[in-house]
Amino acid sequence: MRLGDDRLVLGHRLSEWCGHGPVLEEDIATANIALDLLGQATIFLRMAGQAEATGRDEDALAYWRDENQFRNASIVELPPGDFGFTTLRQFLFSAWSFQHLEALSSSANTELAAVAAKGLKETRYHVRHASEWVLRLGDGTEESHGRMQRAMDELWPWTGELLWQNEVDSALRQAGVVPDLAPLQAPWEAMVRDVAARATLTIPAGPMRMSRGRQGHHTEHLGHMLAEMQIVARSHPGARW
Amino acid sequence: MTSNSVALDILETVKDPEVPVLSVVELGVVRHVEVSGTAVTVTITPTYSGCPALHAIEHDIESALRAGGFERVTLKTEYAPAWTTDWMSEPAKEKLRAYGIAPPGRLTGQELLPLGTTVRRVSCPYCGSPNTSLESEFGPTACKSLHVCHACQQPFEHFKAF
Repeated sequence: MRLGDDRLVLGHRLSEWCGHGPVLEEDIATANIALDLLGQATIFLRMAGQAEATGRDEDALAYWRDENQFRNASIVELPPGDFGFTTLRQFLFSAWSFQHLEALSSSANTELAAVAAKGLKETRYHVRHASEWVLRLGDGTEESHGRMQRAMDELWPWTGELLWQNEVDSALRQAGVVPDLAPLQAPWEAMVRDVAARATLTIPAGPMRMSRGRQGHHTEHLGHMLAEMQIVARSHPGARW
Repeated sequence: MTSNSVALDILETVKDPEVPVLSVVELGVVRHVEVSGTAVTVTITPTYSGCPALHAIEHDIESALRAGGFERVTLKTEYAPAWTTDWMSEPAKEKLRAYGIAPPGRLTGQELLPLGTTVRRVSCPYCGSPNTSLESEFGPTACKSLHVCHACQQPFEHFKAF
């Protein structure tokens, strides 16, 4: 559910750029990455629905849950901001997703392992694309550098939640289904610090935020986003075209 | 002719809606076919997780097999091994080139963080010149990138090695 919700919410936030990209190529690229994330979300949510076995499919989980039932990390629900903010968030998340899916691809659950391995291939492209832009904008003009540094100052404290784990993780970890997230922090941070340094961006030293999206306590932004995302499905239940 | 090859012949007529020169078999989306009497089970694997053409492909496979005389058509989805362009045959790549899409090269270890050092030479499918440059990693569909040829000034798409 967490894997699916991260990708569903971030995919939706990215799709908000469709038609508003700074250049046509980036408009298309952003929409393509959104599509990959929605595709991954569809599979993860379908699996979550099958695991809970109460008859909810991926559409029921996406459209008929309320805000406090979403389990995404808060960082993905923040509004898209400017292109720099979107790009930096995409880089931070994709770099994390790369580590996470790589570890998950050796899960004892073969279906989960297969889906993770598939998503990992897509994530490689996302990391490449976002890192190139972080470099270009961070080490770009005074204006682009300033915007990227502001985005880093704002986004960095939200990344701590990506590592959050609870008793569900420990139970699944014992069964070999999910990896321990703690050892993934070092390689993820090394990747982020490497790109940030080359992009002349400074990673803030302050404390992490105590965000609790994974536990269903979201920022005020998620509800607004869901209202837009869910309105058609809820206004016309069961509609087909 | 075995009944499996009858089903495969039918599947060869089902084209990818976005790349209509390639069949779903040549593309590598069809993994197994199992015929038993008038029932057939087709196992497919998606190209990209979010490929919007997948539903159209599933629908086309089912209707083609039904039209070909199979009464029960079952579609199964398999995620492992993950789809790769390395499954595409040389003749299939030649068809892509003739259609104006530069075919994928072999999948090699691509650097995760090339940071400005990427030099990937893709030959122009129109004039064959290697003097081309990448415009965007993401083209009109997730599976293609955008390039431009400096020899014949033609923009073109490249089926990414994936």
